[in-house]
Amino acid sequence: MSVTAQSDPENTCPNAFIEVAGVAKTFGKVRALAGVNLEVEPGIVFALLGPNGSGKTTLVKVLTTLLRPDTGTARVGGFDVIGQASEVRNIIGLAGQYPAVDENLTGRENLEMIGRLYHLGRGRARDRAVELLDSFDLSDVANRRAKTYSGGLRRRLDLAAALVANPPILFLDEPTTGLDPRSRLNLWEIIKDQAKQCNSVFLTTQYLEEADRLADHIAIIDNGAIIQQGTSQELKDCCGGETHVKMRLADRTQMQKALDALREIAPENMYQNPEMGEISFPAPDGTAVLSTVVRSLDAVGVELAELSLKEPTLDDVFLAITGHVAEEVPETDTSMKSGSG
Amino acid sequence: MLKNVSQTISDIGVMSQRDIRRYFRLPQLLITNIILNVVLLLLFNYVFGGAIQTGGVAYIQYFLPGFLVQSVVFGSTQTSVGISEDLSKGLIDRFRSLPMARSAFLSGRVVADTLRYLILVALMIAVGYAAGFRFQGGFFPAFAGVWLIILFGIALTWVGVFIGISVKDAETAQVAGFVWVFPLVFASSLYVPIETMPSWLQAFANINPVTPMVDTIRALSWGTSISSSLWKILVWDLGIILVCLPLALRRYRLLAQ
Repeated sequence: MSVTAQSDPENTCPNAFIEVAGVAKTFGKVRALAGVNLEVEPGIVFALLGPNGSGKTTLVKVLTTLLRPDTGTARVGGFDVIGQASEVRNIIGLAGQYPAVDENLTGRENLEMIGRLYHLGRGRARDRAVELLDSFDLSDVANRRAKTYSGGLRRRLDLAAALVANPPILFLDEPTTGLDPRSRLNLWEIIKDQAKQCNSVFLTTQYLEEADRLADHIAIIDNGAIIQQGTSQELKDCCGGETHVKMRLADRTQMQKALDALREIAPENMYQNPEMGEISFPAPDGTAVLSTVVRSLDAVGVELAELSLKEPTLDDVFLAITGHVAEEVPETDTSMKSGSG
Repeated sequence: MLKNVSQTISDIGVMSQRDIRRYFRLPQLLITNIILNVVLLLLFNYVFGGAIQTGGVAYIQYFLPGFLVQSVVFGSTQTSVGISEDLSKGLIDRFRSLPMARSAFLSGRVVADTLRYLILVALMIAVGYAAGFRFQGGFFPAFAGVWLIILFGIALTWVGVFIGISVKDAETAQVAGFVWVFPLVFASSLYVPIETMPSWLQAFANINPVTPMVDTIRALSWGTSISSSLWKILVWDLGIILVCLPLALRRYRLLAQ
């Protein structure tokens, strides 16, 4: 699945940056954003990573002109989100947390409507709808009402709608939440494609793997503030802990025997899970440790079922920085009442 | 400047096209509404027609002008439902992130509703004619009467817009719509002469905008003098729009808070 580039002589890429300074937003007593500072370079995939309720959606809403911050300023593509809201809206596309498609219109009509509201003109809006339906594999269902679409189809239509104007800056609020693995991979391709066309992608996610795989730059948000940012590697280097060697014994009754044998090569921080027969410990030297482990255990007659090196993940980073894990059970959503009539 | 105006008009057009499609695709919104109105009209005419004393005028002659007004008044509750649905389903966020005219979301709905009222009123007149109703004042008073009803509908639509954007939930919008609509329709000269009501209710019926609206349409369709009711209803229309339109726009802007 690929997205056709709009042949636009005016390259908006150099301006497609985002600057956020001291943005705070309070809803009643809830402090959603507590002074966010952020800079996002043009032409990259930027991931805002944080658990539910950390302020991700609020920040996206501020940047897409949907919410006014209480204090602070935010500029998108050089335009102020409050004073120059309509200029901002011209250069952004938004796919919110829940698909925002008109159920009573067909897929094609939805995209044509969005195109006309971006002032593409009737003919161009129609052509663009055809292009997008094609590249998002929606041509077969183009003339069916969105009401009949499955969740995955809706998501795709919603994303196509966000791309109608081929916006220099694309905002995706938890784009893969609730998607099946195949659709998720498709979406990742689309997002990478956008960045290749020098469009910026600003996405939020609570999946560490997603940020790791997609984003050139990651910011971690917790309780309404950015607590760490950098590339995935930088984050792992700074606060992610070390590479671990991890093994599982073929016979877990040999646990004590194995621990004694390993004591010589791994004097500290040995982690054990007797029930699973698992042992792990830091291995700063990397792969060299693997043969040492095998030899030591072989010498005492302990057989291994599994042996691997575990690179630090963003999970470790997140845990190290925030003291809690990022992925939580999604809250049941109350704003999605279906009420037709 | 000119470009802005034409873009705004285009945006309103696109948004009203969307709402019109919705009315034609969801049968419960337009088709069942029409059927309900036709059934009610025929029932009222033939069931109560013989029982209610209307001073020598044929009941359909007395009752149809009011019925036309009623169809528009009830119709305006649909406005709130549609608006609140867009709000609760998050579609509003998409629209608000687009470079479209800010007024287009609300005014597109009002334009679509105006068309809906026209269809409804035209159909009710056709059914009324089949049941014996006649515009005795001739074409121009009838023409003016239809547009006065539509104007009243537009004014009430802004009430509906305000309610829809305030409650943000379709079920509540439905109920909230009926709460204010029922007293307006029944405590007026629409079904029965006001003189037959208790005096406290007469006081309400006299200031109720539905009363001068219905009285005006009756006069126009009977070809009698319209007295002060025309001015009363025009003042009401203007007053309702002047109050509810800014309130609705304010609510719309407050979505960013």
